[in-house]
Amino acid sequence: MKSNQSLTRRKDPAWIVWALLAPSLIIMLVFTVYPVFRSIAFSFTKYRLGMDAPEFIWLDNYQRLLKSGTFNKVMVNTVVYALLTVLPSMIIGLGLALLVNRPGKQVGFIRTSYFYPSVMPMIAIASVWMFIYMAQNGLFDQVMIALGFGAQNVLSNRNTVLPAMALMYVWREAGYLMVFYLSGLQAINAEVLEAATIDGATGAKCFRHITLPLLAPTSLFVSTIAFTNSFKLADHVIIMTEGAPNNASTLLLYYIYQQGFTNLNYGLSNALTVIMLVLLLIFSLPRFFSQDRKIHYS
Amino acid sequence: MMKRILSLAISLLLLLSMATALAGDAPLELSMYFPVNVGGSAAALIEKMTEDFNAENPDIKVSPVYTGNYDDTVTKIQTAIQGGNPPDLFVSLATQRFTMASTKMAMPLDGLIAADPEGAAFIDDFIDGFMLDSYVEGAIYSIPFQRSTMVMYYNKDAFKEVGLDPEAPPKNWTELVEYAQKLTNENRWGVGLALNSGSAQWAFTGFSLQNCTNEVGLMSADGKEVYFNTPENVEALQLWLDLQNKYKVMAPGIVQWTDLPTQFLAGQVAMIYHTTGNLTNIRNNADFDFGVAFLPAGRQYGAPTGGGNFYITSGISEERQQAAWKYIRFMCSTERAAQWSIDTGYVATRESAYETDLLKNYYADFPAALVAYEQLPYAQPELTTYSAAEMWRILNDNIQAAVTGEMTAEEALQTAQEQGEELLYDFQ
Repeated sequence: MKSNQSLTRRKDPAWIVWALLAPSLIIMLVFTVYPVFRSIAFSFTKYRLGMDAPEFIWLDNYQRLLKSGTFNKVMVNTVVYALLTVLPSMIIGLGLALLVNRPGKQVGFIRTSYFYPSVMPMIAIASVWMFIYMAQNGLFDQVMIALGFGAQNVLSNRNTVLPAMALMYVWREAGYLMVFYLSGLQAINAEVLEAATIDGATGAKCFRHITLPLLAPTSLFVSTIAFTNSFKLADHVIIMTEGAPNNASTLLLYYIYQQGFTNLNYGLSNALTVIMLVLLLIFSLPRFFSQDRKIHYS
Repeated sequence: MMKRILSLAISLLLLLSMATALAGDAPLELSMYFPVNVGGSAAALIEKMTEDFNAENPDIKVSPVYTGNYDDTVTKIQTAIQGGNPPDLFVSLATQRFTMASTKMAMPLDGLIAADPEGAAFIDDFIDGFMLDSYVEGAIYSIPFQRSTMVMYYNKDAFKEVGLDPEAPPKNWTELVEYAQKLTNENRWGVGLALNSGSAQWAFTGFSLQNCTNEVGLMSADGKEVYFNTPENVEALQLWLDLQNKYKVMAPGIVQWTDLPTQFLAGQVAMIYHTTGNLTNIRNNADFDFGVAFLPAGRQYGAPTGGGNFYITSGISEERQQAAWKYIRFMCSTERAAQWSIDTGYVATRESAYETDLLKNYYADFPAALVAYEQLPYAQPELTTYSAAEMWRILNDNIQAAVTGEMTAEEALQTAQEQGEELLYDFQ
């Protein structure tokens, strides 16, 4: 409290405060706030390349989207893809963190090798996995053929294309989430666990009743990151399938890209961007509101 | 000390650049965006040809900018135009011409052609099949450059193995099915088609032209109407589904465009539909005897053309337009068209190119390369309408829906027709 007062006593002139804030504030206003409002404004217009000026059409873009079978399919894909990736990559991330949360000379190397896929650019990963999933001659199909299942050609089947891509993404994301869990685990006071062990709690019980609850803030944070990350993906769709077959693998961000940059339909792609924004907001809200409730911060 | 040296160096550099700028008339600098869909060697070739042009025309300096594939190039041109710094000319798909015209990205070239004393003769010499998709509302918007068409590659060794005459590839759909059935065994499919997004509509244009009774296949020449759901087109799509499901002579699902030649070269498919642009690749890598053939006919022969044309950006100064036109004339000259064809496998776009010794010797040495040219009289432009990219997507998506069993052939083409009509509503 005391140190707090001493801080407030020194009154800097307002302009210094603003000057210090300015660089990040300006960047945020120019590259985040302004584009967001511009997108919202354009989402109410009919605007294609070649038109002299955008034409105001209120909610027509949104109505058109709601009626469109493709849009509904894309939204379902986006949510399914998030569900297929978020929980598995969190569980595997936590598992990896538990495995490498110990001292030792080789642990550093193992941690690095678990983490390295998330350092690779998504485009490189997608290119490599495309060879794995390549029909008939890819590694995956070769294994399937050897096991007697025959060539699967997973990327061309509307039921397997999303799970196949999700598997790739989990492989990449788990190592990244591991790092957060690792720091969460290391923040847990060892004395608590020690006390529990002395009281006779087994490893599993310790994990269930101590480690997991104490990791709750980490889990919340990780799930927010994992969800928003999974919505922000387009590169691998462009590389691997371009949404095939029949939009079975089209995700929202790719759809935005396609409407804006391939079809040159700016109005519609802005409306989709606004929907994306809302979606991201919804998934970030839990973390925002529950900061200090129900979550145990150690 | 360091600082002084640095400032000295900088001022020297500035002086130097001013001096070069003042010395004589600086050449007119043009930038050109170009995509390459078949790999890096063609990009190097374009740069080489441009250097020759710059050397021959000291008052003009064209800088070619490699901009990725065809889609990326459109995106980059669009961004450059919005940023107020467009390229002066560019290569884009011939099928993009309606979009280029309606979005005012490209300008009509008739004025430049009329002003050029050899302009009319230059245009006349282009092969008709390629010139077909240069027009928008009667005006010429683009000049054929890297053009291709689809042919059938077949494995002669496999033909011999199953007792088929290796010099007699299937001439029509009936023979296609019959031969494919003979050629199929547990390690090999009889026939292969690439059905991924961006490829399905190209092959389907061919099948539609082979089977149609309206002479135009999928769309009207003015790019304002589509005819996806005709009984003939449904029949064509049904043939694809039958090859997969009924006769089981084609791999089920969607085979990728880039995987298909690999499978052919590995002996896993006996006959494939692919671009002439792949001829050099297949010639260099096949360890078996292969043949090149016309696409088997339905009611008649038919094949799609494709590939890229030159466009000039609208809104640039007259001086720049003239320079850009001069460059296009140079790049499409008879000898260069011939050499370009030999080096890349694209089809030479000028009639006169086929009279050159260069091409004559090439064909004498490698007759398979001539098949694409002989097939050209039956070839027509691939699917093109206003909003071409979106229309492609519509047809691709619905074909894929049929191939993956989501819809029947008739439902798929009916849906495509409805979506296509809605898309074109604004342009009618």
